[in-house]
This record gives sequence, C-alpha cells and structure tokens, in this order.
Amino acid sequence: MMTPVKNPEIKVKQPGESFFKRLVRQQLFIPFAALALLVIFNLIADPSFFAVTIKENSLGNPVLSGNIISVLDNASELVILAIGMTLVTASSGGQDISVGATMAIAGSVILRMVCGGQVTADTLQMPLFLAVLVGIVVTALFGAFNGTLVAYFKIQPMVATLIMFTAGRSIAAWINNNQLPIMNDISFKYAGTFLPGIPVPTPIFITAFVILLFWLVLKFTTLGLYTQSVGINANSSRLNGLDPQKIKLLTYVILGVCVAVAGFIRVSRSGSINYSRIAENIEMDAILAVALGGNALSGGKFNIYGSILGAYVIQFLTTTLYKYEVPSTALPAYKAVVVILLVVLSAPVVRSKMANLRFRAKAGSTAKEAK
Amino acid sequence: MRKDAVLEMHGICKYFPGVRALQDVDFTLRKGEIHALMGENGAGKSTLIKVLTGVYAKDGGEVHIEGVDGPAVIRSPQDAQNAGISTVYQEITLCPNLSVAENMYIGRTEGALTSWKKMNQGAGRILQDLGIPASPTQQLGSCSIAVQQMVAIARAVDMECKVLILDEPTSSLDEQEVQKLFGLMRSLRKKGVGIIFVTHFLEQVYEVCDRITVLRDGQLVGEYIIEDLPRVKLVSKMLGKELDDMADIKGESGGVAISREGAPVLEAHDLCSNAGIKPFDFSIRKGEVNGFTGLLGSGRSECVRAIFGADRVTGGKVKMDGKEVRIKKPLDAMKQGIGYLPEDRKGDGIVGDLSVRENIILAYQVMKGFFHPVSRAQAEAFADDYIKLLEIKTASADTPIKSLSGGNQQKCILARWLLTDPKYLILDEPTRGIDIGTKIEIQKLVLRLAEKGTSATFISSEIDEMLRTCSRLVVMRDRKAVGELSGEDLTQAKIMATIAGGDE
Repeated sequence: MMTPVKNPEIKVKQPGESFFKRLVRQQLFIPFAALALLVIFNLIADPSFFAVTIKENSLGNPVLSGNIISVLDNASELVILAIGMTLVTASSGGQDISVGATMAIAGSVILRMVCGGQVTADTLQMPLFLAVLVGIVVTALFGAFNGTLVAYFKIQPMVATLIMFTAGRSIAAWINNNQLPIMNDISFKYAGTFLPGIPVPTPIFITAFVILLFWLVLKFTTLGLYTQSVGINANSSRLNGLDPQKIKLLTYVILGVCVAVAGFIRVSRSGSINYSRIAENIEMDAILAVALGGNALSGGKFNIYGSILGAYVIQFLTTTLYKYEVPSTALPAYKAVVVILLVVLSAPVVRSKMANLRFRAKAGSTAKEAK
Repeated sequence: MRKDAVLEMHGICKYFPGVRALQDVDFTLRKGEIHALMGENGAGKSTLIKVLTGVYAKDGGEVHIEGVDGPAVIRSPQDAQNAGISTVYQEITLCPNLSVAENMYIGRTEGALTSWKKMNQGAGRILQDLGIPASPTQQLGSCSIAVQQMVAIARAVDMECKVLILDEPTSSLDEQEVQKLFGLMRSLRKKGVGIIFVTHFLEQVYEVCDRITVLRDGQLVGEYIIEDLPRVKLVSKMLGKELDDMADIKGESGGVAISREGAPVLEAHDLCSNAGIKPFDFSIRKGEVNGFTGLLGSGRSECVRAIFGADRVTGGKVKMDGKEVRIKKPLDAMKQGIGYLPEDRKGDGIVGDLSVRENIILAYQVMKGFFHPVSRAQAEAFADDYIKLLEIKTASADTPIKSLSGGNQQKCILARWLLTDPKYLILDEPTRGIDIGTKIEIQKLVLRLAEKGTSATFISSEIDEMLRTCSRLVVMRDRKAVGELSGEDLTQAKIMATIAGGDE
C-alpha cells in the first residue's frame, strides 16, 4: 500500500497515475488482461481462430461453429462450478475438491432416472425435468454432507471433501449397478448440444441463465454480505445475529446444486457416462478459476464475476492449445506454465509492486519536467 | 547530535495517499529516560514508530543514532534491531509453545547447533538481573501475560538495545502487573536505556515517565518535562483545545444519573451461562446507565454475554418490558432490542475486510432478514449519516474497516448498533485502547442516549470512567455478583473496597 512520494504536490497534480494504479488494483484486471493476451496472441498467430461459420451438425441442422463458440460452449460446466466454488471458498476459506466426483454422481442419477434402470433406452422413461430435479436433490444432499463436516464438525474443507472425492465415482457406478447406461432419445441431448432450430449450443443458454440467477440472488438477498462476513470473521458475524454454521452449510448446498446442473450438461452432451473419466480434474480448474478471478482462496471477500471470467480464460487457453495441436497428454504442462504466470501476476505482492513501479516512473518524469 | 541523546529524529515526513501522516516531526530521546509519546488516534504515534523501526519508509527527514556517524539508514525491522532499536508491541509476538529461553534466543543462535545449557544459563541470568519471575525452561504460554510481556522486553534488552519502544504494553495487564512492568522499566532506565512509552493511560504516564512528546494531526506539538505539564494541560495539548475533561462530563451526567422511576426494561433472574459464572440477578430501567465492575476475569464480560445470548445460557429467566422472553442466541436478543458492543474489538467486533459501510449496516441488515437487503443507496445514506454524526475519520465509506484506527473502528461498531435503534445497549470496554478524545465522546454519547430513553450497560476497566457515566454498579468478584452500589456509595474508595472484598 505504500507509495513513496518525494513531494506531496506531485501526487495532487497527477490524478492520472492513480487511474493506472486503480486499474491494476482492480480485481478483474488480471483475468481481463489474460483474456486480452490470449485474444491478441490468436489474432496475430492466426486470425481465422475467431471465424464463426455455419455448419450442418450430425442431424443436418445448420448450427454455429468455431473456436469462440466452442470456448463458450465447453466452459459451461466450469463456469457453473466456479460460481458455487466461489461461495464455498468465501464462506469457509477452503475448497470442495469433490465436485468432479459428485458431478459423476449427478450424471449417474440422471441417466438412471431417464433410462428407467435399463442399460440402453431409446425413449425417456421419465420426464426430463423430474430426473434433473432428482439429480439436484441428490447432489444437494451430498453438498449438505460436505457442508456439515465443514461447518459443524470443523473439519478442513479439503479434508472433509476428500471423502467424497475418493468415494464419489464408486457411488456413481454403484447407482447404475456398474452398468454404463446409454440414452438414445434425441431430446435428452438437447441440453448438451442444440435445441432444434437454434444454432447456438444449449449449454451457453443454461450458463447464461445460471449467471443471471446468481446475479438476481446476490442482488435480492443478502447471501453475498453474509458469506463474506462469515468468511472474514465468524465470531463477529455470530454476535451480529448470523448463524455462521448455517451459512457455510448453505454455500455447500448451493455448490451441490451447481454440480447437478454441470453434471446434467456433461451427460447430456453424449447421452452416456464413463464414471472414472467424466469431469476428471474439473475440481482443480474450478478452484483455479476462483483464484484467477482474484479471489482469495483463504475466504472472505469475493467477486463472482471474477471467477466466471477466470473459468472462460481457462477454457480459452485449453481451446487455444488444442488449436495448435498440443497433444492432450502434454496439455497440462503447457497449461501449468500459463497458470504459474497468471497466478504470480495476480498475487497482491506483485501487483502492488507493478502499480508502484509505474507510479514511480511517472512521478520521476514529471519531477524532471518541473525542473 | 546532542551529547546526552541516544536517538534524534529531524523533520520526519511520511505521506500516505491523500494523508500527511507525519509532517516535519522532531523527536529526541536521551539516555536513561522514559519518554512518553502521546497523541490521539491518528496523531501519528504509530507511524512515527513504524518509520523508526523500518516498517515504513520515510518520505523525508533524518534519523541519528548514538554511535553511528551521519544519518542512520533503517529500511527494515532487521536494520532497526541492528542499530539497537527494539520494539515490544501491544500484542505479544513471541511463541507461546516454546520455552522462555528459546523465545529469548530465537533467531539469534549462531550456527546450526544450539547449546541448550548455555542458552538456559544466559536466559536465567538476564531474568534474574531484571527480576522477572520466570524460569528459562518454563513454557512461555504458561506465564501470565505480564511476564510474557517482560520476557519480550528481556529479549530486547539482551540484544543490547539502546532504544526500547513499548507500544501500549499495559493495555492487557492488571494493576499489579503494571507495577512489575514499571519496576522493570525503571531498572532499565538506570542502565541507560532510552525508553519510548506509548500508552493511552494518563496515570501511567505521570507515574513513570520523565518527558512527554505530544503529536497532533501528524505534527509535533511539543516536548515537555513531565513536571511542567499537568494532566489537564496535556489533554488540552493532545486535543488541541482547552478542556477540563473530568469536569466537562461530570457536569452533564448530573442530570441523568438517577432515574429510579422508570419501568424496568430488562430483568434477569438467576441467569447463568456455560462461561462459568454463578447465577446472577440483574435489572435495568428505561434511560438508566449502569455498569458491571470488577477485576479482569471477575466475570463482568461473561454476565453481559449471558444477557445477549453470546454464550450458551444454561439457566435463569429474562423479562423484557415485563414479558418473559427466551434469549438463546444473539439474534433473539437483537430482536428484543438489545445491542452488544463486545470487549474484543478485533476478534468479535469488526469484520476486517468489509467496508465501513458494510460494517455499519451489518446488524441492521441481519435484523431485516435474508430476503430484504438494504439497498445500496440506503446503505450509503446510513453510513454517511453515522460517519458525520460520530465523526468517524475514514477516507470513505468504502474503506475496509481494518485500515481505520482503533477508536474509529469502535465508533463504527457503535454506529452499527445505533442504527438498529436499540432499547438497551451493552457496551463492554468501549473505550479500551482508544484515545482520550474518543473516550470522552463515547461516554457523552452514552449519556445522550440515556437522556433519550435508551438504557445502557457500560463496562470499563477505568473506574473513574464508570463513575462518570453509571448511576448504579454491579460489582463482580470471582465470577459472582457480590454487591450493588448506587447513589452516595458510588465513590472510588467504596468500589475498591467492594471489589477487594474486605468487611462488608
């Protein structure tokens, strides 16, 4: 926070620097800067990256196609998880590492419902919304389980959720008696692919809806204030009439609901499930999205839009790497390099240094001009 | 540099964005003197000390230290230590799970091997020299806070410091412990150490100090020899206006002190909680200000916590306005119109990273409920009102509360409860660790509230503060209410006697 000023008058005369400083200090500066860098890189390397064309999909419908569409589409699950993860992080100062495994559970439950317990089904055996609702209830309960361990038994979030992280995929397989159900009804895949006659992938709409929903929730309830307050100082919060444990539990349940929606999108992309591979390592990307968004992983203040942006940046990066035919086995290594850069740049220490550096340079030059 | 000086600071300047924290401040510390650094919160005491200890880089001025030619360069706390400047902070910064000797030598051993025997012997010698009642092998955490404080000082002394800075060392000590600490300070003075003593307790300044430097609004007011500056003068220098603080408040309190006619707002019978207090009876009338008094740890805080439902209530009955109510958690109490400003401002009061505005509306918001957020515009209006009303010094309502000074944080917490328009306000040590001006403001505010019909319970370690504000005192001893004083019994002597528990 220190700004060495040789002469206080300089500061008064130069509101310009403080603008740059404010910009750098902005929480969304790093994710936006990262996004801008990725865009510029792709513009220079191959502007056709941004081309959006209309192609016919396997059903013969004209749909939009292109890298940008693919980023927006494929980031959907991650964005939805990142929203829930942000709340959990804020309230409990820790992360839920079981979201990938519980996504498998959600997918498994939904498939079992719509297949009616059969291995393959050609028509929906149950109204889709009902199946999704059951999926939401189930993962919300698992969220409540995690939340109870964290809030009432005071177990560190990462340890508490390690249980579901380990057991989740087995539970998912067990739900379907180790069968791999396949749903062939085309209407099941609407949510993961395209609605008839609409050229934009449905997950983009679902994500937009979820973001809108959370915008409304944060605007018309006090969820934001309460989670932050509890995350910063649970004692004070309690003495102001809040129930910190209930609020922590609530955030885990909300994350559970997000997990169900993400799991539904994932299984409805293909109509099938692979318990050990579905949404593998997505928990790490979700946590990364929260961090990239400038949120402290130790909890407290949060900016949900930072996390959302962070999730899109991660997907943008993945898609870019795919585009340059980085083999999928080498992908994590490339990603790691970029992530290290981003995380170091977004560290408060580095950012205040950056802001000061620029500030000093300007202050110096004006001092010379004055002479 | 003067011959007898051990430290001289000239023309020290320090700017923060938008604030001139220090402007051209001079400070001289002589060998073998205890020098009080006085000023209200925000006057620049902490900043000056942080500049001296290398926590902040100064923007102007020079520091000279005895034995160093030319201006000393202090860029980090390590530099300061090497230059012979040691600091002991208000909060103990040692490791409670290590032994006393380990704490004294931590970070100072040479090489990878430690000679435990030598270390313990060395520590034992220093402890004995300074008359500190602790054994080198004892775990630090098992010593009283005062002894821990002294160990921190012993550590500083052993590093052959020429300048010892004590930043609010007495705020968590009781009277006896303070005396022990003063004994230690006096013996260090004899050894020629220059001591800078920062405190809010005026009595202590006059008891132990030789000289006073007063700062106000980042500027030097002056340096005085203690005999030349009577207490009232000191206060007026700190506040920058002529003011007889004692008389001022007493005059006002005369009118409201006794309101025996009002109906009881809250009555508690045999109330007890899991915090280990004996069941107690308590009542307060409309517009009354009363208080709990007693030594630290006597259970006065636990009593008010039980009333507010902050600890788990295990028995007893509570009536609000004559109707029986159940208060099991803070929210129940808040719904009954009770507000509670907790003793531990940092741990239980503020929500550090949230803005001043969010901190002010928090309790009000919780009472309104989850689905009824206070609109941004309304929250801003509330915050601005109270920032003006209580003269909270903050850059803006969006500033995180943790960056405010202690007194201003306390005012925010007060604002938080005033906003809920309480019938009964509990203030547990609202004046601890804050400057004199704010202390007086808070006391006046309590009395003003009482005039308007709000009841209040006021707890303070400083008995004269209680005498000035309360019309009735419940005296606590050993976690039990042992007496109630009002009217003519409210004298310092009588209270002391009841606390001490002589003949009754």
